[in-house]
Amino acid sequence: MSQFFLTAVQLSICLGPMALGIFITMKVFNIPDITTDGSYTLGAVVTAVLLSNHWPALAVLPVCLLAGCLAGICTGLIHTKLKIDALLAGILVMTGLYSVNLIILGRSNVPLINLKNIFSVFSIFNEELYNQLFVAFIIIIVLAFLMRYLLLTDFGIAMRATGNNPAMTKSMGINNDLIKITGLAMANALTALSGYLVAQYQGFADINMGIGIVITGLGSVLIADALRLWLNVTKIGWQILLVLAGSLLFQMVLAFTLSMGIDPNFLKLVTALFVLLIVALPRMSGRLSGGLPKNNKI
Amino acid sequence: MISLHHITKYFNPGKANEICALQDISLEIQKGEFAVIVGANGSGKTTLLNIIEGAEKPSSGTVEIRGQDVTPLPEYKRSRWVARVFQNPNNGTAPDLTILDNFRLAALRTRGKNIRIGIDALFRKKVREKISTLGMGLEEKTDQPMGSLSGGQRQALTLLMSTMDETDILLLDEPTAALDPKSALVVMNLADKLNKEHGITTLLITHNLKDALQNGSRLIQLQEGKILRDLNTENKNRLSLPDIYQWFE
Repeated sequence: MSQFFLTAVQLSICLGPMALGIFITMKVFNIPDITTDGSYTLGAVVTAVLLSNHWPALAVLPVCLLAGCLAGICTGLIHTKLKIDALLAGILVMTGLYSVNLIILGRSNVPLINLKNIFSVFSIFNEELYNQLFVAFIIIIVLAFLMRYLLLTDFGIAMRATGNNPAMTKSMGINNDLIKITGLAMANALTALSGYLVAQYQGFADINMGIGIVITGLGSVLIADALRLWLNVTKIGWQILLVLAGSLLFQMVLAFTLSMGIDPNFLKLVTALFVLLIVALPRMSGRLSGGLPKNNKI
Repeated sequence: MISLHHITKYFNPGKANEICALQDISLEIQKGEFAVIVGANGSGKTTLLNIIEGAEKPSSGTVEIRGQDVTPLPEYKRSRWVARVFQNPNNGTAPDLTILDNFRLAALRTRGKNIRIGIDALFRKKVREKISTLGMGLEEKTDQPMGSLSGGQRQALTLLMSTMDETDILLLDEPTAALDPKSALVVMNLADKLNKEHGITTLLITHNLKDALQNGSRLIQLQEGKILRDLNTENKNRLSLPDIYQWFE
């Protein structure tokens, strides 16, 4: 039983980078980006192919990040240069990526059993699961600190302002298009990182593993947002921590659902209903107490 | 400082709803000048400011800033010379960012926004000192989100932000239209002070004819996209309020 929840913890950490990516697009830039489904699988298939060719896991990482970046740049260019709605731009790139992923992977599923991976590079604990947890935990902590630092820098202020008031940032000498493309590249690199981690954690890459994954990230960010309003959090570092907590809570709920013996076929339905609940709850409680809480648009 | 040569601006050219917003306007604004622009709605005042700032491209004609032809430059590239305060106090600042973050961006208006932490103790001190000159007590609130302030406070800070970096030109588009009389006075006095103390070339659009009379060193009236009157300081000082009211009858 505890193993069951530890697995959920591990998965939530592996999906943490993606949640941070969605935090960047949705909360920092105010862009609904759903390239995620494609770039997540992209990270996984690149990992699978390179690991199968006996690349060291650490050398695969930058290639994965770069691949995610490119996917984000595609969406960014379509959105900013062709002035196409961000949602549609994301759908287009996501759809195109399905074929790209299939070409890279060569077939629909590649197992990674008995290959050295990022979790076996460091072996500190004897128990495999603890070791995996430890490695993933270190990665996510480093990432969270890097992200907090970035958002506090001058560039980070420019990023946040672009999402908040694009008319103002233009008059502050900021190239809005360029900074949005950069943001989408970062977000999708983070998503590809999640694909990289999950593929190695579960021991295979599958062409369909990304379908609907965006909702997991979205759910994490929405939980974080609800907590942010409830706890009145304004500091960037805490907001990032809340997103990771959102990812954990999300996976816990799914694990709990499965542990109750619900048919795994219903998992996506449960996921969708859970996200609906997160979005609807503040609105319904707002209606009861008269008036909506601020900033709860989605 | 600013030279406009034969600027014409059409909206929806060639269509049934074609509008000629500016007709062959030529205008020279000298360095340090404070020009007030008045005119009825639709006379082309805001379009003129947009063309100087780069938010709109003229249909024909050229814009020069400091002797350099800037006509093809987009808005974000012209921002190294031009700062702007909008009519709506919400437009000039990012509401969810703190006052300090907003000032940091303004301090980097002409420079790159690099990956380094720019808000240090020195910067905080500088911003606090600057804000304290307003006498609104906002220097104690620099870590609060900009959106928590009133319109008048935000407009005064927006104006102040324009002096965080080198600014040659300040464009004020009805900056006091949405403010109460007391806040409006603070903002107008601040604009006057920035023009005199920093020598910033200032263009002010206003519908408040009293403001138009009391501020500035030059008065320009636009009508249907053309310059109808252009009064220098001497002629402007001879003017009385009833005189200007008559222009609009």
